[in-house]
Amino acid sequence: MRKTTEDKRFLKTEEMVLNMGPQHPSTHGVLRLKIWTDGEIVNHIEPHLGYLHRCFEKHCESLTYEQIIPFTDRCDYLASMHMNHGYVLAVEKLLDIELPERTEYVRVIISELQRIASHLMAIGTFSLDVGGITPFTWTFRDRERILDLFETLCGARLLYNYIWIGGLSHDLPKRFLEKTTEFLDYFETQIPEYNQILTGNKIFVERTADVGIITKEVALNYGVSGPNLRASGIDWDLRKNEPYSIYDKFDFDVPLGKGTMGSIGDSWDRYYVRMLEMTESIKILRQAIGSIPSGDVNAARPKKVRPKEGEVYSRYETARGDLGIYILSKGKNMPHRLKMRSPCFCNLSVLNEISADWMISDVITILGSLDIVLGEIDR
Amino acid sequence: MNFSEIADHLNQKLADKFVIKDGLDVLFVQPENLLEVMSFLNSDKSTSFDTLLCITAYDDKILGSAYNLFSLEEKHYIEVRVEVDRDNPIIPTVESIWKAANWHEREAYDLFGIKYEGHSDLRRILLPNDWEGYPLRKDFVTPEFYNGMPVPKDKTDWE
Amino acid sequence: MERTLLERFQEDNVVVEKLDNIINWARAGSPWFFQFGLACCAIEMMAAAAPRHDLERFGAMPRATPRQADVMIVAGTVSLKMASRVRRLWEQMAEPRYVISMGSCANSGGPYWQHGYHVLKGVDHVVPVDVYVPGCPPRPEALIEGIIELQNKIKEETPLRKKNKKV
Repeated sequence: MRKTTEDKRFLKTEEMVLNMGPQHPSTHGVLRLKIWTDGEIVNHIEPHLGYLHRCFEKHCESLTYEQIIPFTDRCDYLASMHMNHGYVLAVEKLLDIELPERTEYVRVIISELQRIASHLMAIGTFSLDVGGITPFTWTFRDRERILDLFETLCGARLLYNYIWIGGLSHDLPKRFLEKTTEFLDYFETQIPEYNQILTGNKIFVERTADVGIITKEVALNYGVSGPNLRASGIDWDLRKNEPYSIYDKFDFDVPLGKGTMGSIGDSWDRYYVRMLEMTESIKILRQAIGSIPSGDVNAARPKKVRPKEGEVYSRYETARGDLGIYILSKGKNMPHRLKMRSPCFCNLSVLNEISADWMISDVITILGSLDIVLGEIDR
Repeated sequence: MNFSEIADHLNQKLADKFVIKDGLDVLFVQPENLLEVMSFLNSDKSTSFDTLLCITAYDDKILGSAYNLFSLEEKHYIEVRVEVDRDNPIIPTVESIWKAANWHEREAYDLFGIKYEGHSDLRRILLPNDWEGYPLRKDFVTPEFYNGMPVPKDKTDWE
Repeated sequence: MERTLLERFQEDNVVVEKLDNIINWARAGSPWFFQFGLACCAIEMMAAAAPRHDLERFGAMPRATPRQADVMIVAGTVSLKMASRVRRLWEQMAEPRYVISMGSCANSGGPYWQHGYHVLKGVDHVVPVDVYVPGCPPRPEALIEGIIELQNKIKEETPLRKKNKKV
């Protein structure tokens, strides 16, 4: 409900400052929001960050290029394969390496599986914030099956350290592709169940439609990217518009927000774009599994990683948006300066703009639909 | 348009407001000319850089600030750098052109100490408010204690 | 082997037992935990509460507020900015209260021990810890083992005697 203009009462009212503290079950991490409210309606929000600042960039200046990969895992811990891949692409640009085809195909398969896992987590926790506990249990059950696949691959459930500079840490195990195909067949039968319980659900629609609309101008000015940008109607996906790796060989669509249940760019659109992106990922996976070649995945791995002097800015499309890695190298085996432009940092800066005049419980809906991970914001 | 075409186009309008060093595809700008160059890059029809991707601050014996710009319509990309002295690092803000610069400049101030003139709200964003020092500078020394808690790792039990 | 309280109840109608043990049985059987997830280990804590590795069969229910919780599971890296809040939330818990330190960042600073200027090297600098669960991140099964260790520790207490009273 938006604030009406006929507030000419004879009560003396004051603005209240409410603190949604660093420890809160719905803030997806340690985020502190200082909210100035007029009763229940929000006037102004100020996010306070830095409760998870783990000095990632300072570590990068004293570690070699290969040693940085496990630290990139821990930045965005829900999509760690994407972080690995994005960082490795930047270093490979500096080194000018040509990768074997099998490596590229395996990397695409892993990235798309990770995208499905990350979106499942986003949808599950979003529905938990809004009030529905059952979709949370269903999405976690399906996500566990993807984590089982990753565990047979590299031994770890959450933080993988699998994609290395110039190749992978080891090749795929036996029967991995068959198990992935079994999982895809099972998952395609689950998507109609999710649509049944959440997408058309009257309570869910009333809670999320028309809430927290991000218009095109606001999105571009603040640097929003990823599914949030596509939900506002702008057709921009790095995998299609500036393809890296071998994404130009695959045939897939880019889902956009159309304002089906409310206006373009509201929270329902941001949720539905993530649902549709999962079906697109299934398409890419089936195409990649069907045409993967054989070969040695580590044929192009360099013995010493010592890039030439210069700088590189490389962009990558993670599950949450546009990751940018900026490396300044002086020709040694450690970077001189490494900066990670995290997508959630820019996505969160838009929160004050879009939640003015909504109620406090709508702030939780908007924050859940933005899908932030504090490890990436604070680095 | 690639880098040399953009540099030529810029040369016609703002001839001596920027410098190019050979080997690098970067525009080097003095702090006093920064706002003019940036607003031209943003508003001119053939360059039209409408997105500010990232502001990186770095320490290479002199402090500097690198801006990565991108254009959604023309699909081209450019990097602009500003370098200042260590003792008095002041750079004008580009917040009036791209709102994304707000938080990026706060982070550069927090970690390096570069002051952005004209910023609406320049204070620390990642570190606590009473933190002393600028950690990402190369001459930063880790403090021994912060509010009674030991900061470096205690290695007395190690063998 | 000594039979547990439950087994003896199933055989006789009347059971004689020390009051200490009955109180410990009640406290260990329902360790409601305060979900203090900070970083990556929080995801594994949520996965431990999810359908596959069900934590609720041990009686552990997640609570969002410290006033209703028995155990605080510190999952993730504690930064210097967050440390004072950890202490404050620990002080808001009612006694008897316990702390489980989950993951290597909370145990001793984790992978950020060398150059982390803003990382607290171990949460035991601010709160007293009962059980340490190692791993980066520890599997949900490891967290369940940590909770069972805590249950064993609770069962050895003597709450009615003054000198061994748990603070």
